[in-house]
Amino acid sequence: MAKLTIEDLKKIKDKVQADTFLREGDRRVKVTVHMGTCGIAAGARQVMDALMAEISESGVTDVVVTTSGCMGLCSREPLVTVEVVNKEPIKYEHMNANKMRQVFKRHIIEGEIQSDFALAKGSEKTD
Amino acid sequence: MLELAMHILDIAENSVRADATTVVITIIENEETDSLTIEIDDNGTGMDEDEITKALDPFYTTKKVRRVGLGLPMLREACRRCDGMFAIESAKGTGTHIVARFRNSHIDRQPLGDMASSLVMLITGNPDMDFIYTHTKNGVSFMLNTATIKEAIEDVPINNPEILRFIKNMINEGLKEIGVYD
Repeated sequence: MAKLTIEDLKKIKDKVQADTFLREGDRRVKVTVHMGTCGIAAGARQVMDALMAEISESGVTDVVVTTSGCMGLCSREPLVTVEVVNKEPIKYEHMNANKMRQVFKRHIIEGEIQSDFALAKGSEKTD
Repeated sequence: MLELAMHILDIAENSVRADATTVVITIIENEETDSLTIEIDDNGTGMDEDEITKALDPFYTTKKVRRVGLGLPMLREACRRCDGMFAIESAKGTGTHIVARFRNSHIDRQPLGDMASSLVMLITGNPDMDFIYTHTKNGVSFMLNTATIKEAIEDVPINNPEILRFIKNMINEGLKEIGVYD
């Protein structure tokens, strides 16, 4: 494969700009992957990789992904918070790539909370 | 930590919490001197001498939600068990510079791991920060600067999934080219 260059990047940029122009949607879901030392050691990065891959494949544009620090529940890492607009945030515990894919398809896309992995409802304080 | 790339992700998260705007990550692999050096340099708030000493204590943390802080102690321990060396230089207001060196061929040295993924994680979580990643192996270098990428994509956010996928491929390809991955 030829080397990826800034020119290739510009092509992607043009495509992304055109796409966003076609389907201007608001943010519907915010997903937070907790990335403290504990989360990283427990596999948060693989969870995030799986989530990003799902988003890319499905082509959804209304899901925002972010990271945050440890929230003090290190033994239950990797933790992921899914916050659908106007709904209470749901925290998932002991996540892995497969569970993340399931949560993406069933909860983020279809809106059905996956209570098997859910830890709690509501917000927490991270710092 | 299973990979050096995870240590790097973890330590760079410290820079995020120290309100850094730019983090410079440098990896130098040299087969002649049998060393692998990781340097992480930020322009965050920095630490005074007292804080530097405390930062290496696993029971010290600035967080309120738990009582341990293992990021730096674990990296230092990883260096120690690989005949390496570990240093922190920091001062209030000037940022922090961390050097972690390993004997490259040491049996206990963790594999480098997925650097592209670690970098993309950092960019996803902190789109406003700039990351400069340079990887040199036996004198040949690969460099990624998010400031250059932001310039090229203009008003498209850098945490757009398509852009992130591109950055990931770019890093993987670049590292392969300089012989980091077989």
